[in-house]
Amino acid sequence: MLSKIWLIPMLPLLGAAINGLVGPKLSKRAVGFVACGIVLLAFLLSATAVFELSGLPSEERHVTTEIGTWLPLGEVGAKAQNLEVSWGFTLDPLSSVMILIVTGVGFLIHVYATGYMAHEEGFSRFFTYLNLFLAMMLTLVLGSSLLVMFVGWEGVGLCSYLLIGFFYDRPFDERTGMSCADAGRKAFVVNRIGDFAFLIGVLYLATTFGTVEFRGITEGILAGGGSHALLVGVGLLLFLGACGKSAQIPLYVWLPDAMAGPTPVSALIHAATMVTAGVYMVTRMSGLYTAAPEAMAVVAAVGALTAIFAATMGIVATDIKKVLAYSTVSQLGYMFAGAGVGAFGAAIFHLMTHAFFKALLFLGAGSVIHGLDGEQDIRKMGGLKARMPVTYRTMWVATWAIAGIIPFAGFFSKDEILWGAFSSGNKVVWAVLLAGAGTTAFYMFRLLHLVFDGKERSHAHAHESPKSMTMPLQVLAVLSVVGGWIGIPAALTFGANLNFLGSWLEPSIVHAGREAAHEAHASLALEWGLMALALLVAGGGILLARSMYKDREGIAEAWARRFGPLYTMVRNYYWVDELYELVVLRPFYAACRVSRAFDVYVVDGLVNGARHVTIGTSHLSHANDRWIVDGLVNLVGAVVGASAALLRRLQTGVVQSYAAAMVFGIFVLLVLYSLAR
Amino acid sequence: MSGGALEAAAFFVLAVLTVASALVVITHRNPVVCALALAFHLVGIAGLFLLLGSQFLALLQVIVYAGAIMVLILFVVMLLNLGEETRAGSHGRIQAWLAPVLALALAAVLGKAVLSGPAQAAVTPGSGYGTAGTVGQELFARFFYPFEVLSLLLVAAMIGAVLLAKKRV
Amino acid sequence: MDPRYVLLLSAVLFSLGVVGVLLRRGAITILMCIELMLNAGNLAFVTFARQAGTAEAQVYVFFVMTLAAAEAAVGLAITIALFRLRESTDIDQIRLLKW
Repeated sequence: MLSKIWLIPMLPLLGAAINGLVGPKLSKRAVGFVACGIVLLAFLLSATAVFELSGLPSEERHVTTEIGTWLPLGEVGAKAQNLEVSWGFTLDPLSSVMILIVTGVGFLIHVYATGYMAHEEGFSRFFTYLNLFLAMMLTLVLGSSLLVMFVGWEGVGLCSYLLIGFFYDRPFDERTGMSCADAGRKAFVVNRIGDFAFLIGVLYLATTFGTVEFRGITEGILAGGGSHALLVGVGLLLFLGACGKSAQIPLYVWLPDAMAGPTPVSALIHAATMVTAGVYMVTRMSGLYTAAPEAMAVVAAVGALTAIFAATMGIVATDIKKVLAYSTVSQLGYMFAGAGVGAFGAAIFHLMTHAFFKALLFLGAGSVIHGLDGEQDIRKMGGLKARMPVTYRTMWVATWAIAGIIPFAGFFSKDEILWGAFSSGNKVVWAVLLAGAGTTAFYMFRLLHLVFDGKERSHAHAHESPKSMTMPLQVLAVLSVVGGWIGIPAALTFGANLNFLGSWLEPSIVHAGREAAHEAHASLALEWGLMALALLVAGGGILLARSMYKDREGIAEAWARRFGPLYTMVRNYYWVDELYELVVLRPFYAACRVSRAFDVYVVDGLVNGARHVTIGTSHLSHANDRWIVDGLVNLVGAVVGASAALLRRLQTGVVQSYAAAMVFGIFVLLVLYSLAR
Repeated sequence: MSGGALEAAAFFVLAVLTVASALVVITHRNPVVCALALAFHLVGIAGLFLLLGSQFLALLQVIVYAGAIMVLILFVVMLLNLGEETRAGSHGRIQAWLAPVLALALAAVLGKAVLSGPAQAAVTPGSGYGTAGTVGQELFARFFYPFEVLSLLLVAAMIGAVLLAKKRV
Repeated sequence: MDPRYVLLLSAVLFSLGVVGVLLRRGAITILMCIELMLNAGNLAFVTFARQAGTAEAQVYVFFVMTLAAAEAAVGLAITIALFRLRESTDIDQIRLLKW
C-alpha cells in the first residue's frame, strides 16, 4: 500500500469524475453511494497505509512515491541549480494524521450530506464538488513538495468557491445584499491575495535551494543555506498565504460570509479541513520557521490576536452559523499561536480535536436548521432540547469539548498549546489565549442555551433529523470525548509517556533545540497550576453564560445597553469589512474604472481613430481617384475634344481656304528648297 | 531699230498686255468681261511664245486655248446666264488680306529664285527650233507612251464631262 | 533678251492667278484664274526650253495644254451639274465639307 499512496487522492477524483459525468442521470441514492463509498474506501486505504507506516522504524517513516515528472525546469536561480518538480506524494507521521482526519471526518460528513441535501436540487453536482474537494485536500496534505501542495492548495480554494456559492442565486446577506455566489467570490479573492504571497515565497525557496521538496528544503536550511533575512521573509510570505487559507487577521473576512454555503460544506471545509491547511503548512515548514524566530513570533502574535478578536465577535453574533464561524477563526488562531511558540505538535493535536468537535457543532447546527425548516437566527430558536434530543446531546458534548473541560478532547489539545506558550516564555501569548479560552466557553454555552433551553421562540414544527444525519453526529460526539486521550501530557500521567500523538509526530517536526531543556526544568506543580487556572477561567465563562442565558430573558439585552457603543462596535464586527471596502476595494474599483476609461478612450479611441484615419484616407484616396486620376483621364479626353473643336474649324468647307492653305504649303516648300540650295 | 531693242519693246508691250488682262480677270465683277480679258491674256501669251521662238506652241496656244477653251468657257457662262458676282461673305474678310499676302510671298520667293539664275540665254537655238517638226519629233520619239496615255486621259475627260453634265433622266 | 525677265513675268502672272483663285467667288471665274496659273507655267517652260535649246520643255507645254483643256472641260461639266443643284455658281454655298 505504501507504494500506492497516490491512490488516496486519486480515488475521490475518480468519484468526482463519475458523479460529474453521469451523476445527473443516476438516482440520488446511487450518487450518494458512489460519493460516500469512495471516501470510505479512501479512508480504509489511508488507515492501511498508516498502519504499514507504523510498522517501520521511526527514522524511516518517510515514504515518497512519485508518479511522474511535472516540471523539468533545468537551471534555476542565482546559483543555477537544476530544478525538477515531480508529482510526488509523501507519507510520514504528519501527513498520516492529516489523511486520517480528512478521510474520516470527510466520510462522516458525506453521509450526513446525503440526508441534509436530500431535498435540494443539484444533488449530483454537490457530491461531485465534495469529492473533488477531498481529492484536492488529500493532494495538499500528501504532496511531497511545495508545488504539489500548492496544486491542492488552489484546488481546495476552487472547491470552496464552488461549494459556498452552491445555491448561486440565493440571497445571503440582507444587510450587504450579497448573494451566495458573491460570498463564494469573496472567499476566492481573499484567498488569492494570500496565495500570491505564498507563491512568491515558494519561488524564493526554489531559487535559493534548487528544490521545492519539503525534505530538500529542510535539509538545505539545516545545512545553513539561505540568508536569515531570506528565511524570515519567506516565512512571513508563506504565513500570509496561510492567513488567507486559514482565516487569520487580516484575511479572515471571507469565513463568516462563507456560511452562505450548505452546512455540510461549512462543516467539512470551513471547520475540519481546508482552513487547517495553513496550520499544516506551517508545521510542515517547521524547519524554516525554527530557523527564523522572527517569523515565528509574528505567527504567534497574529494567532493569539486573532483568537481573542474573533472570540469577542462570537459573543454577539446571532446567526447560529456565524457564531460557529467566528469560533473557527478563533480556534485557528489557537493553532497558529501554538505553532508560533514552537509547539507544532500541539497545534496539530488541536487541529485534530477541533476537527471533531467543530464538525460536530456545524453538523448539529445543520440539523437544527433542517429541523426548523431553514431558521438560522438563534434569537428565534429555543427549547429544542426536547424536540431534537440526539442533536442536543451531541452538541452538548461538543460544547464541553470546545470549552476545554477535562476529560473532553478540547481540554488536552488546548492545554498543550497553553503550556507550550507559557513554557517557551511567551507569557503574553499565554495570557491572551487564556482570556480567549474563557470567552470561548462563554459564547459556546450562550449558543447552547439560546438554541436548546428556555421557551420555544420559533413557530416551526421542529423535528429531529433523519438517521443519515444523526448517525455522524453520534460518531463525532464519541470522538469529541475520546479524541483527546491519545495526547495526554506527561504531567498528568505521572511520568508515563501516554502522549502517543506527540511522539508519533516527533519525526516530522523540527525543533529549535531548546524545547527539551525547557521541558526538563519545568516543574510539575507549575503545569498543574496552569491547568487548573485554565479550567477555572473556562468554568467562569460557562457559569456566566448560564446565568445570562439559561432559562433567562433580557439579561443579555441589559448588558448590551450598558455597554452601548462598545456593543455596537462588536456587533458590527468592528466594521472590518467596511474598512476593507473603503481602503482597498474603492481604490481598486477606481483603478478599474481608470483602466476601463483607458480602454474605452485610449485603446478604443486609437482603434476608432484608426478607423477614422482609414476612412479619411479612403476619402482622400477617393478624391484622388475622382479628381486626379479620373481628372487626368478626362483631361486627356477634354484636350482631345478641345483640340478637335479647335482644329475642326479648319474644315470650313470653303474650298478657297483649302486652296490658300495649299498655296502656303507650296510657299514653305519653295522657301525650304531655296534655302537648301 | 535693232533686233534687241525691238525684242525688248515687244516683250514690254506683251508683258503689259498680259499683266493688265490678268488683273482684269481677277478683279472684274462681270464674268463675261473676265472671259474676254482672259482671251486677250492668252493671245498675249501666244505672242510671248513667238518671241521666245516657239512658233508651233504659239499656234497651238491660239488654236487650243484662245480658240477652244475660251469658247467653251464663254459658252458655259452664256448658258448659265451668270450675273455679276456678289461681294465675298464672312470668310472673305480673312481671305481678302491673306490671299494677297500669300501671293506676294510666293512671288517673292519665286522672284528671288529666278534672279539667282543666269542672265543670258545659254544657247542660241539651231534652225528648226520651235517648229512643228522638231516638237513633233521629240513628242513621238521620246514621249510616245505619255502621248498615248494622254489620249486616254482625253477620252476619260470627255466621258466624264458628258456624264457630269448630263441631265438625270 | 533676258530670260530672267520672262521668268519674273511668269512668276507675277502665277501669283496673280493665285490671288484670283483665292478671292473670286464664281466657279467659272476661278477656273479662268486657274487657266492664268497654267499659262504662267507654260511661259516658264517655254523660257526654259529657249534656254536649253531643246524641244523637251516644249513637249511639256504641249502636255500641259492638253491637260488644261481636259481639266477645263471637266471643271465646267461639274459647274453645270452644281448649277443645276444650287441655281448658282457661288462656291461659298458649296460647304458640304464643313465640319
